Amino acid sequence: MSHHSIVVDDLAYSYPDGTSALTGVSFVLEPGERVALLGANGAGKTTLALHLNGLLTPERGTVRVAGLPVEEPHLMEVRRRVGIVFQDPDDQLFMPTLAEDVAFGPANLGLAGVELERCIDDALDAMGLLELRHRAPHHLSFGQRRRAAVATVLSMRPDILVFDEPTSNMDQAGRREFAEVLETLDVTMLTITHDVSHALRTCPRAIVMSGGRIVADGPTAELLANEQLLAANRHELPYGLGLTPECRRAA
Amino acid sequence: MADAGVAALYVPGTTRVHVLPAQVKVAGAIGLVFAVALTPREAFWAYGLFAATIAVVAASAGLRPSLIARRMAVEVPFVAFALMLPLVGQGERTEVLRLSLSVSGLWAAWTILAKATLGVAVSVVLASTTPATQIIGGLEALRVPRPFTAIMGFMLRYADVLTEKIGAQRQAMASRGYDPRWFFQAKPLAISAGTLFVRSYERGERIQRAMIARGFAGTMPASRQQPATRSDWLIALTPAGAAFAVALASWRLL
Repeated sequence: MSHHSIVVDDLAYSYPDGTSALTGVSFVLEPGERVALLGANGAGKTTLALHLNGLLTPERGTVRVAGLPVEEPHLMEVRRRVGIVFQDPDDQLFMPTLAEDVAFGPANLGLAGVELERCIDDALDAMGLLELRHRAPHHLSFGQRRRAAVATVLSMRPDILVFDEPTSNMDQAGRREFAEVLETLDVTMLTITHDVSHALRTCPRAIVMSGGRIVADGPTAELLANEQLLAANRHELPYGLGLTPECRRAA
Repeated sequence: MADAGVAALYVPGTTRVHVLPAQVKVAGAIGLVFAVALTPREAFWAYGLFAATIAVVAASAGLRPSLIARRMAVEVPFVAFALMLPLVGQGERTEVLRLSLSVSGLWAAWTILAKATLGVAVSVVLASTTPATQIIGGLEALRVPRPFTAIMGFMLRYADVLTEKIGAQRQAMASRGYDPRWFFQAKPLAISAGTLFVRSYERGERIQRAMIARGFAGTMPASRQQPATRSDWLIALTPAGAAFAVALASWRLL
């Protein structure tokens, strides 16, 4: 029986200080979909991402991953299926060497020996980092660290990747190279980003959040052509470059 | 990116000392330091033999004496403390270069100088021939509890990140004209240290979240340490074994 990748139903969450971060979020992600999650700072995007593999527990509503509710006793399986790549690679790369960092997730899943080595090699190879396996994370460039952070979750062979601001602090060429690598991955993707060109390039669908709820959901090109929607959610197309032909066609 | 902190101590090489698995080198270093600690202070000749043993290991690792001497500067505060002891020590006194010195203070100074210097020299040779990450893996292979090695690993990993932050804060202060010369100007430094502490705490929370997201359930995975053969153990423990023989002989000869 096939399942949706992710089903979020009426999700609500408030932080311990009372700040309401999510106020009833519902959406479905199909297998293989690539979706951008847009919205101003504080819209609730990262809080939503943290619910997708059980790092936060909903106050109300449910999250299901491949048909499994995100709660015990399914959390380990959910965390294998949903890999989160956090915004700062220094938070994600905490082991002494790159190979040990990439091994961390699969080792927690019980893999060892040849099978573990294969996981590490495959993940590093997919990110073009095989030669750097014995390097310490602080010896890598920022772009390499960003790709290494992806490798640390790819080694768990996830079905779904969730990125939190994957292109922040990267130069234009680095963003393009990173997007090209992502395009080779055969997984469902949810990408939190303020980088509208990255969203347009990598995600055919976009969801826009504001004030802890979804305010728009549709084709990325169409949403980016909606100037009012962009302005209301503090997104802007790059100054002086205007709409791409793709966006203009959608408009 | 340039090396900083502990990681910068490693001097790359392909000598036999360099390629030995870290656990045997750590065990050999600890054994050698123990032998030094067990040797009576009166056995001057034994300390000469210990120094010669360390010098042989350093030479076979291709380490220059000047490099070792430079790195041993870390010992200077202890040397200064040891040199004070004969002046402030109590009890029987003796005259050296017209200075009245305490006999027990002189013995204490000699003991600290000899044992600390040899211990630091052993550490310098170990750190110069073994990457810091492998030393932690070696400790784990020697059955040091994993929570301790994990803490060491985190310290090592984030020392550079923290150093970068300190550098950035200093630049930010200097660019706004902060040039402290007196103690009363230290307040911004104290505030920036507090800020770094809070930021490090927050980073710790984010790291824990990243660990849980990848299935961490309270136990760190075993490190992937190069296994040691019998000949590795034999080579690495030879200096320590010789040192123990010297220590035992020194007790018998006294």
